[in-house]
Amino acid sequence: MALPSFQVETQTKASAVFGIAAAAALLIAFAAPLLVSRGVIQDLFFILTMLVLAQNWNLLAGYAGLISVGQQVFVGFGAYAMFGCVILFGVDPLVAVLIAGVLSTLLAIPTAFFTFRLYGPYFAIGTWVVAEVVRLLLAQWKALGGGTGTSLPRDATRDMLGVGLMRDVFDMKASQAGDALTYWLALILAALTVGFIYRLLRSKQGLGLAAVRDNEQAARAVGVDARRMKAFVYLATAFITGIAGALIYVQKARISPDAAFSVTDWTAYVIFIVVIGGIGTVEGPIVGVIVFFLLQNLLAGYGSWYLLVLGLIGIGVMLFAPRGLWGLVSDRTGIQLFPVRRMLKGGSLNQTSKGGPHG
Amino acid sequence: MTILQLEGVSKKFGALTVAEQISFAVGEGEALGIIGPNGAGKSTLFNLITGNIATDSGTIRFCGSDVTRASPMARCLSGMGRTFQIPQPFEKLTVFENLLVAGSFGSRRQEHEVSVRCAEILGDTGLIDKANVPAGGLTLLQRKRLELARALATEPKLLLLDEIAGGLTEEECRSLVATIRAIHAKGIAVIWIEHVLHALNSVVERLLVLHFGKVIGIGKPAEIMDSRAVREIYLGIEI
Ligand SMILES: Nc1ncnc2c1ncn2[C@@H]1O[C@H](COP(=O)(O)OP(=O)(O)OP(=O)(O)O)[C@@H](O)[C@H]1O
Ligand SMILES: [Mg+2]
Repeated sequence: MALPSFQVETQTKASAVFGIAAAAALLIAFAAPLLVSRGVIQDLFFILTMLVLAQNWNLLAGYAGLISVGQQVFVGFGAYAMFGCVILFGVDPLVAVLIAGVLSTLLAIPTAFFTFRLYGPYFAIGTWVVAEVVRLLLAQWKALGGGTGTSLPRDATRDMLGVGLMRDVFDMKASQAGDALTYWLALILAALTVGFIYRLLRSKQGLGLAAVRDNEQAARAVGVDARRMKAFVYLATAFITGIAGALIYVQKARISPDAAFSVTDWTAYVIFIVVIGGIGTVEGPIVGVIVFFLLQNLLAGYGSWYLLVLGLIGIGVMLFAPRGLWGLVSDRTGIQLFPVRRMLKGGSLNQTSKGGPHG
Repeated sequence: MTILQLEGVSKKFGALTVAEQISFAVGEGEALGIIGPNGAGKSTLFNLITGNIATDSGTIRFCGSDVTRASPMARCLSGMGRTFQIPQPFEKLTVFENLLVAGSFGSRRQEHEVSVRCAEILGDTGLIDKANVPAGGLTLLQRKRLELARALATEPKLLLLDEIAGGLTEEECRSLVATIRAIHAKGIAVIWIEHVLHALNSVVERLLVLHFGKVIGIGKPAEIMDSRAVREIYLGIEI
């Protein structure tokens, strides 16, 4: 059959406009430490690091089908690796953050070896068990404070790479400069993470990953190496999560096993963010983290009611908007800010049908 | 030249023997039909050939090499394309993306190198109007066409088709037969499991009859249809 020429498109009008807006927002965000108070910078740091964790969990669960409830292992391990480098070897905290990422990836190799033998719910339980084991082991490490934890030496953060420069250039106090620095790093990390994930999803490997998520047996039957793909995603998210964990604890400057390996802080909240925002989309975690931050501030005074309300909202969204808040918006308007659909155009195709987002 | 050769392939599910000492060969570019009553082990035989189910004993050779222990992925990459009797689409991907996955991974090429070919296959299989629709929204018949289209996108040397003609109207069946003939005419070997015998017999050069996991006949369609064993099994079934 002779067909007129076809093209494949992924760009949408909204995404082109959004691209420009996002670049502008990024520039403004970079200037933020010079414009807003330290408290706001700390809030933004929290939002950015949670966004990084959420994007990673979304890639893991929403694309690779690896539902982990043990990602706190990489946050905690990354944080402890950074503390170890700084306290025991006098490494600069920022260099230690990168080392923490590498060490987290190394930790992911044996844990993958164990958990990848498990399927579905057993995988989830396996990841949680691994996290508990690593927490218990690190709690034995007396040089890093054992079960009660320890703090970063004051001068380690004061003399951190770049802090001196910022004190001179912007005339900031050391603590203020430290916050600005970690904020910038969080901003860069968040931008790189979103960029990396979006690029991955638009690549051939991303398409293969979506196929594995939808039907692993069929994906293997058309030549997709499902195991290798999942392993790559698992290792990549371990790397980024480890870096995020280390960075969070450079800013906190105080660590304990219970906090660094907290399943609530680093996994439950993260899952909540992804689920309310919309799993399986890049936009979802962005929407989710903003909603989460607002709720957290709104409910700050209500103690444990706070968790209860979060849980109820999570369940409500799962029941009535299974594709999350972003799913609702995108279904109504057809808007996609990070389009990954390969739309076939040209030929004898009618142009009416819309693909909608992948998730 | 043989493209596929089975020697003494056996498989049991617990006490149930679904393949017993199965041996046969398929030549390059040949079309072989497989018939047999429900539960005879036809789909299981496909799964043994593609590696979705491991054999208990026997060897399977494909394109000259022993693939008995190879993964389904490796067998696909070496040139086996298959459809599933119960369609297994990538539901959240569009029909076109379903083919892109198969095209780019199955033939180890980049998406842009295979996109035009995938679009052409959609045209050939009558799915072009559904190209940008998520596969989860297709009807059963469309899903079966997608199975065929996706298998073709992997650029197979051997195409395994499992009951893709059931439930079609006369008209649709004729067009399906024409499509498969065209595929076969390009030199692709075909093994086709089908209960719709007139469609099957208008394409294949040989027929294989499977009964309780055993090959009870293989040869020219006319001879097979005339044989006693087949008449007994198919007694009462319209030919
Ligand atoms: N994974 C399995 N475990 C146990 N028994 C199975 C399994 N798969 C198939 N069977 C059984 O093996 C036998 C052969 O099944 P198979 O699907 O190969 O038959 P078939 O010839 O394709 O039948 P149909 O014409 O209905 O598609 C059936 O009795 C079936 O119930
Ligand atoms: Mg069958």
